[in-house]
Amino acid sequence: MSGPTIDANFALNIALLLMLVAIAFAVVRTRSLLAAILMMSVYSLASAAWLMVADAADVAFTEAVVGAGASTVILLGAILLARGEAERVNWKLMIAPGALAVVVGAVLIYAAGGLPNYGDPASPANSHVGRAYLEQTYGDIGAPNVVTAVLASYRGFDTLGETVVIFAACIGVALMLGFGPRATLAPPTEIPNDQHVVLRVVAKLLIPLIALFALYVQFHGDLGAGGGFQAGVIMAVAIILHALVFGLRATMAAVPVRLARTVAALGVVVYAGVGVVCIINGGGFLDYDYLFSPRIEAMIPANLLGDPSHEHHWGQHFGILFIEIGVLLTVSATIVTMFYGFAGRTLETIEAERRG
Amino acid sequence: MSWIASHFNYVVVVILMMAGLFIVFSSGNLIKRMIGLAMFQTSTGLFYITLSKVSGGTAAITLKADSETGRALAAPLDPAYVEQFGVDGVVYSNPLPHVLILTAIVVGVATLAVGLAIAVRIREAYGTVEADEINALSRVTAEQAEPSP
Repeated sequence: MSGPTIDANFALNIALLLMLVAIAFAVVRTRSLLAAILMMSVYSLASAAWLMVADAADVAFTEAVVGAGASTVILLGAILLARGEAERVNWKLMIAPGALAVVVGAVLIYAAGGLPNYGDPASPANSHVGRAYLEQTYGDIGAPNVVTAVLASYRGFDTLGETVVIFAACIGVALMLGFGPRATLAPPTEIPNDQHVVLRVVAKLLIPLIALFALYVQFHGDLGAGGGFQAGVIMAVAIILHALVFGLRATMAAVPVRLARTVAALGVVVYAGVGVVCIINGGGFLDYDYLFSPRIEAMIPANLLGDPSHEHHWGQHFGILFIEIGVLLTVSATIVTMFYGFAGRTLETIEAERRG
Repeated sequence: MSWIASHFNYVVVVILMMAGLFIVFSSGNLIKRMIGLAMFQTSTGLFYITLSKVSGGTAAITLKADSETGRALAAPLDPAYVEQFGVDGVVYSNPLPHVLILTAIVVGVATLAVGLAIAVRIREAYGTVEADEINALSRVTAEQAEPSP
């Protein structure tokens, strides 16, 4: 193979990448923070489309919910405190960073000449471990979605580390910003939203559907694109939507801070707990083949998933299911706690400044 | 196939990465800087996924070669190519970079939130998120703290 064949897939690849470059330059140029944040949201959506073209279905899903959803909300919460526009920067101060970017970019593009062609099936990255995963996953684990199987089973220890990092970030934000507005201050005056009847009715219809979709994504993660990370963010988005439409106080009554922070910790405990159960039953940490003792495994009916002819790896099936639930709990509770922190703190600061 | 077509993705990755780097270095606004860092991070993701793409491949979700989808995917491809690079008659893209980037995106939003939380606290202490003004204010505070000779 000398290079990529020019087909619809490659044309889409070029078009979406050019779109990303155009958005990136617009973000560099604009001084309005709101415009920059909304353009980053579009950037995420465009890159999700590109990821889909490049066959990374799970990554595209994650980028769409995280980049265009969660990080946009968090950024918007943060700019409430900033002036709408960044200070104008003296053009003389841009020369050095500009020159640096051009020089480093030129060196990197020169170095890119040594990288394999786009779509090369025989490149080193695509021929050894990646291929081994594709060949062995279905036999080892029995999950059709190789990405979920690698994420949750082969590299389960790595994913546990990532879940802990997310939990640590949750603690970090909570330590710096607190868990929403403090009770000592007068309750913030909320914008009366009586005129938004349509918005409230639509939100009431949408929130349960979004939560249901999150559960679908959660439990079909080993069959198709999806999993705990995506489902966690979607679940958090349902709660954040409630807060945006009905006000922060109403949401904090429905999903109390105490619940959110407990669930964030519980998710890590569930994940690590599955690993410890595997050790107790004689396997290694997170070795799901030992999740059930032989006596319990014998009790699982062979037709539980409908197809008794296929040899099932019940430990792998349930191990992935349980740790994905742990990921869902930590990710969703972390994003909700962070949102409470940002929204509560900014409301509080704005109120304090208004009073002088 | 010319070099620019086969390496176009890498050029775009480098441009996006340098755009992010330029924002971080040139902008004094702390929130704009966090946006630059986020852009830098997505370019890394694009790089990994570019490496993982296999021509004529599909998403790494196992399917049977004799199913309708399997036949449709294999139809435009050379059978020898499918035989060499496919797994059980279907060509997939490499799933390993997908796993790495999937978790990196979620960790990215968590670290972005920590950075923004620091920016919010700086705003509370100094009343601004512009680096120049923060530096000027802390210089004033430092001078006031010095004992007068």
